[in-house]
Amino acid sequence: MSGLLRIATAGSVDDGKSTLIGRLLHDTKSIFEDQMASIERTSVARGDEHTDLALLTDGLRAEREQGITIDVAHRYFATPRRKFVIADTPGHIQYTRNMVTGASTANLALLLVDARKGVLEQTRRHSLLASLLRVPHLILCVNKMDLVDYDRGIYDEIRAEFGAFAAKLEITDLGFVPISALAGDNVVTRSENMPWFDGQPLLGQLEDVHIASDRNLVDNRFPVQTVIRPQSAEHADYRGYAGSIVGGIFKQGDEVMVLPSRKVSTIAQIDTPNGVVEQAFPPMAVTMLLEDELDISRGDMICRPSNQPTANRRFEAMVCWFDETSTLRTGVPYQLKHTTRWISAEVEALRYALNVDTLHRDLEAETLEVNDIGRVTIYANSPLFFDEYRLNRTTGSFILVDPATNLTVGAGMIIGAAGESTIAAPEPIVAENITFHPSKLTREERWAALETSGATIWMTGLSGSGKSTIATAVEHSLVSDGHSAYMLDGDNLRHGLNANLGFSESDRAENVRRVGAVARILAESGSIAIVSLVSPYKAERDKVRVAHEETGIPFYEVFVDTPLQECERRDPKGLYAKARAGEITDLTGVGSPYEAPVSPELKTDAELEVAVRQVLRLLA
Amino acid sequence: MEETTSVRQAAVELSDLDTLEAESIHVIREVVAEFEHPVMLFSGGKDSVLMLHLARKAFRPAPVPFPIMHVDTGHNFPEVIEFRDRTVAELGLRLEVASVQERIDSGRIKVEHPLESRNRHQTVALLEGIQEGGFDAVFGGGRRDEDKARAKERVLSFRDRFGQWDPKNQRPELWRLYNGRHRKGEHIRVFPISDWTELDVWRYLAREQVDLPRIYFAHEREVVEVEGLLMAVNEFFPLPEGREVKRQMVRYRTVGDATATGAVSSTATDYEAVIDETAISRITERGATRGDDRFSEAAMEDRKKEGYF
Repeated sequence: MSGLLRIATAGSVDDGKSTLIGRLLHDTKSIFEDQMASIERTSVARGDEHTDLALLTDGLRAEREQGITIDVAHRYFATPRRKFVIADTPGHIQYTRNMVTGASTANLALLLVDARKGVLEQTRRHSLLASLLRVPHLILCVNKMDLVDYDRGIYDEIRAEFGAFAAKLEITDLGFVPISALAGDNVVTRSENMPWFDGQPLLGQLEDVHIASDRNLVDNRFPVQTVIRPQSAEHADYRGYAGSIVGGIFKQGDEVMVLPSRKVSTIAQIDTPNGVVEQAFPPMAVTMLLEDELDISRGDMICRPSNQPTANRRFEAMVCWFDETSTLRTGVPYQLKHTTRWISAEVEALRYALNVDTLHRDLEAETLEVNDIGRVTIYANSPLFFDEYRLNRTTGSFILVDPATNLTVGAGMIIGAAGESTIAAPEPIVAENITFHPSKLTREERWAALETSGATIWMTGLSGSGKSTIATAVEHSLVSDGHSAYMLDGDNLRHGLNANLGFSESDRAENVRRVGAVARILAESGSIAIVSLVSPYKAERDKVRVAHEETGIPFYEVFVDTPLQECERRDPKGLYAKARAGEITDLTGVGSPYEAPVSPELKTDAELEVAVRQVLRLLA
Repeated sequence: MEETTSVRQAAVELSDLDTLEAESIHVIREVVAEFEHPVMLFSGGKDSVLMLHLARKAFRPAPVPFPIMHVDTGHNFPEVIEFRDRTVAELGLRLEVASVQERIDSGRIKVEHPLESRNRHQTVALLEGIQEGGFDAVFGGGRRDEDKARAKERVLSFRDRFGQWDPKNQRPELWRLYNGRHRKGEHIRVFPISDWTELDVWRYLAREQVDLPRIYFAHEREVVEVEGLLMAVNEFFPLPEGREVKRQMVRYRTVGDATATGAVSSTATDYEAVIDETAISRITERGATRGDDRFSEAAMEDRKKEGYF
């Protein structure tokens, strides 16, 4: 049998969700006779016309009495091919809180629409939540096909409408199936009433969903839960770090780095509940032994020296508020749990509240109430070691707990690090009380004394277009000829100066602003600054140009115009492959726009040597 | 290059049982790391045997880092008590016994009849045992597939200072970020095997060849059929008047208070046969064997609110 599939269902009673779950449980022989007899008794006592299969999932007295679902219920069924766990989330009361809870661990979201009603506001809301929580697979069941005479046209119309809506969300795998949960069409067996449907029935689709590659097997992450040190003579020297692998594949002999100490060691052995293994991957629970004796404790993160999570105290996140008795407050301490650490943290700013029905961003929102979702900036007492939620659902998620009540009041998904300057707006903060100290040397005196003249060459273009290759060659050529030249490479700067920036629009803008400022300083000092940066937005590049022109420093914009197909064929960093696989979603040219320069000083798609000569000619 | 990658992909998947095992171990380790005084409930029943087995694997080669507690109704199957004591001795565990009988003898628990089911009285003994031991986390072997109310239960479930559960006001539980924060006097119930079904438990115990009390496998026993339950006739369950004892092959699907736990007719003398029978069983394990769960739709919910496990 292959792995476990966790399903989150959403929809209201009217959509026939409970009937569908009842049907799946019944047809896979997962309802027991005494359970069936019991819900039949309750149905009769309540005066229902039919046995209400919803009673199978409504476990609490209040739910049965009021005929509503209050809380997430878990149901289990298995086929010879797979084990399934359904988190059944109520459609109306506390829908956001419950759906978010159910979706947080789900591999697949199952949404229902009534064929007679089509895609409703609620359908859109549930798909948005599934997309926000990064549930990798979504199946839309068009139910009650029996009530529309199994009409293919109606199904096609709903499918097209939902497909168009879903394209705006980040849903990587979308499936459709026309069903009648009541009559059993296309639930477990293929329906004879819909010969025009050439897909699999629902259960077959659920059995076939491939989830193994949904895990992040690239970025090695191991948050330490506890240290195992048997106080026995037999194992006197045993010191193991126990935890669950949440990203990547760890192998015996791998060099690893421990955060926050940044100490490096080698994996000596990986113990599992079932013996020693050579490699470990998510979601294995293991105990790792290292070659060196390091001071490691709960909350530390083991990764690779060459592939570390972002470390930052300040970050941006989408937060869903759960608490009915309080609202989100800024500037007060919450307890934040991230991986295996509790950290004191405060919400520094609420950027906007998201209306999940209209996707409208309310920038004026002052707080979040129960079931609200918004974007916030969080400041933690010590750095968090995180990845963007889209890349890793474990190292990118956290909960907020109110220290006064110990209640879990919110849940968050990390978007990326936030720089100081991006808190209020991507615009730089103009400090009022700082006066500019002019240097005593004038530029002319400096350049004349050094027999040089500074300038900035700004190379923009897609990832893989050859910017850095050209820039390196230009730098080499200039320095060989005795000029002071220095290359500012976007990737390299992200390790230092821009380590706290991600790839959101605002972070990209801030990245360009900083590199532009550094280039200007270098040029001012008399060097040729050679910038190699995707810098996709025209407006941000133009700001750098203006800043140069205002101070009279030459600025040459070079557009390395290699076609996307060629960049993708080269794919030196494997980014396009990842983007196509859905692992990264905002790669410039694929999921994120590139605005080509309108009138650059040079536009080139020439071979390296030619391009280098073209660039050098600009300076002549 | 591409070939190696695909081979690697295939090799990095866990089976469903290994996934359940990994998730349960994660919960057990998380609780041990965050709480000061955890305790694990152990009745000798298959779910608690599974839980203890997982705890051993979680901390190997170190010993299980917490004591176990048996809430003893006094209405025991001797095979189970013998199994409990053997397990404790073999693993070098500390055993706490919260005795219902002692509390009856000292008058703290009032019973109307010495042979009435003591399942409900266990709650008093359990809560006192937790309080006296100063335990802040209590591992229980409850599974969500057992009962409707348990289907709504969290993995880490908050109990107020009276040990009570408020099902309508539970902490949301997302990802695997468990919130066990509590004040002094309050505690957290922990259900590491929430997502296991009865069949999963049997398949896993069989795979691991875990030792169980003998009454879980088919054996000959003197029983009498009462309201559809096969009750063993013994000191706790005297033969009702006018009824005849049958000698037949039975096994137990659950182990609880001997006055209220019935056996099922079975020929399954080993794991494989039990799995076959479980796979085709059409009655839930509690429905088939527990008199106390048949009172009402909400029997379990009511007992859980009071603090039952």
